[in-house]
Amino acid sequence: MAKYLLLKHYRGGPAPVVGIDPMDRWAPAEIDAHVQYMRDFAARLEGTGEYVDGQALSPEGTFVRYGGEGQPPVTDGPFAETKDLIAGWMVIDVETYERAVELAGELSAAPGQDGKPIYEWLEVRPFLTDKPAAAE
Amino acid sequence: MNEALLRELIPAVTSVLVRRGADFATAEDAVQEALIRGLATWPKDPPADPKGWLITVAWRKFLDATRAENSRHAREARVEAEPPAGPAENAADTLQLYFLCAHPSLTPASAVALTLRAVGGLTTRQIAEAYLVPESTMAQRVSRAKRTVSGVRFDEPGDLATVLRVLYLVFNEGYSGEVDLADEAIRLTRQVTSMTDDEEASGLLALMLLHHARRAARTTPGGALVPLGEQDRSRWDTELIAEGVAILQAALARDRLGEYQAQAAIAALHADAPAVEEIDWVQIVEWYDELARLTSNPVVRLNRAVAVGEADGAQAGLAVLEQVSPVVPRYTAVAAYLREQAGDLALAARLYGDAARAATNLAERDHLTRQAARLHEVLRG
Repeated sequence: MAKYLLLKHYRGGPAPVVGIDPMDRWAPAEIDAHVQYMRDFAARLEGTGEYVDGQALSPEGTFVRYGGEGQPPVTDGPFAETKDLIAGWMVIDVETYERAVELAGELSAAPGQDGKPIYEWLEVRPFLTDKPAAAE
Repeated sequence: MNEALLRELIPAVTSVLVRRGADFATAEDAVQEALIRGLATWPKDPPADPKGWLITVAWRKFLDATRAENSRHAREARVEAEPPAGPAENAADTLQLYFLCAHPSLTPASAVALTLRAVGGLTTRQIAEAYLVPESTMAQRVSRAKRTVSGVRFDEPGDLATVLRVLYLVFNEGYSGEVDLADEAIRLTRQVTSMTDDEEASGLLALMLLHHARRAARTTPGGALVPLGEQDRSRWDTELIAEGVAILQAALARDRLGEYQAQAAIAALHADAPAVEEIDWVQIVEWYDELARLTSNPVVRLNRAVAVGEADGAQAGLAVLEQVSPVVPRYTAVAAYLREQAGDLALAARLYGDAARAATNLAERDHLTRQAARLHEVLRG
């Protein structure tokens, strides 16, 4: 088994394949259907023993760095125009890379306006494990 | 009684329930519940007869579960409260449990989960921790695995090769969480070896012992990888090495060579040499030739290139490497090593950098990055 991150970007991925209004312009029922799809997807992965974690992130973030000896940390931002904006993620634990891609494809089909798939680009990233196998 | 001893009783208890007529899936759940209760109550209130206690509690749990199901379906009770006498458990039953948990219809991950629970006696929480997934996810993996094998007859002939593969996977997972999976794999492989008298089971046990013997020397206290040639041999566990070598020799003497015995022979040649300069690389190459006849695994040919490089020089190793597909994991790391040995430091440095970016684990990535950095430093003069 190997763990993969399915990364959801607000911005920064390849160009969207279908034009979608921001979610706050959707009908409430469309939002409900979208959220329910995500929940059902996670529940189904729990059932197959492939689910590890899922989290959503606020679009508001701040950059922070060390401020030097005895100084408070330096903060910068938030930047409204950051090129890449991560919206959230799901972590899965699956037998193969092909399975990870298959699941990302399904998650990307979440319904949007008029119940049509949003064709969202998801980034699939393998986790590095901690150590090599014991017999290597 | 400590937890390890408690766990040893688990497969026997499950077999007793199955012998009494319980279906495997329900019996295994019942034993898990009894185990969890044992873990909670035994430290303060240890039973005089631990196995008898587990059988009694697990049987009651099984009856409860069966009654609950029967009343749900409004059926007549199938099982009476008094357990039928039934034959006592025996080694053959325990071996059947191994076969069932490693049944070929299971995916490797499901077989691992089921084996660790039903034969290893680990709790779902411990298995989940070891594999860094939520307990609910691991619970689902176990119950799906049990559904998959629910139609398999308990006394169906089993395939020992699949059992050994599962144990090898468990061993390779190593250590995270409170349970040491390498120890656990060794314990279970010992048990399989004692029940089967099979050369490959012995070969696998020897392989595990020989690798395990070097574990303390494989990483620095900070977690950095130490290559075999640079390991502090005084930190190797010589008792484990001696045991591994003895088990391997007894298996090889029976002249039924298999993959695990050949791998163990290579590990033994590394472990047995008094110093890194005294490793018998010519013999290691011969074992890789044997191994290449036994398996089509391309990693064997990659490792053979390293051995040839040591035995006959880097150019010879590079010539062997040319026959290996570049998509084999660690190909670039091996290429970097052989290029460095051949004196092409600039190319080696670049290849180490590429290999670091292709690494699938942190310790290896950091190790390869350090190798690249070391060569870049040399090149700067």
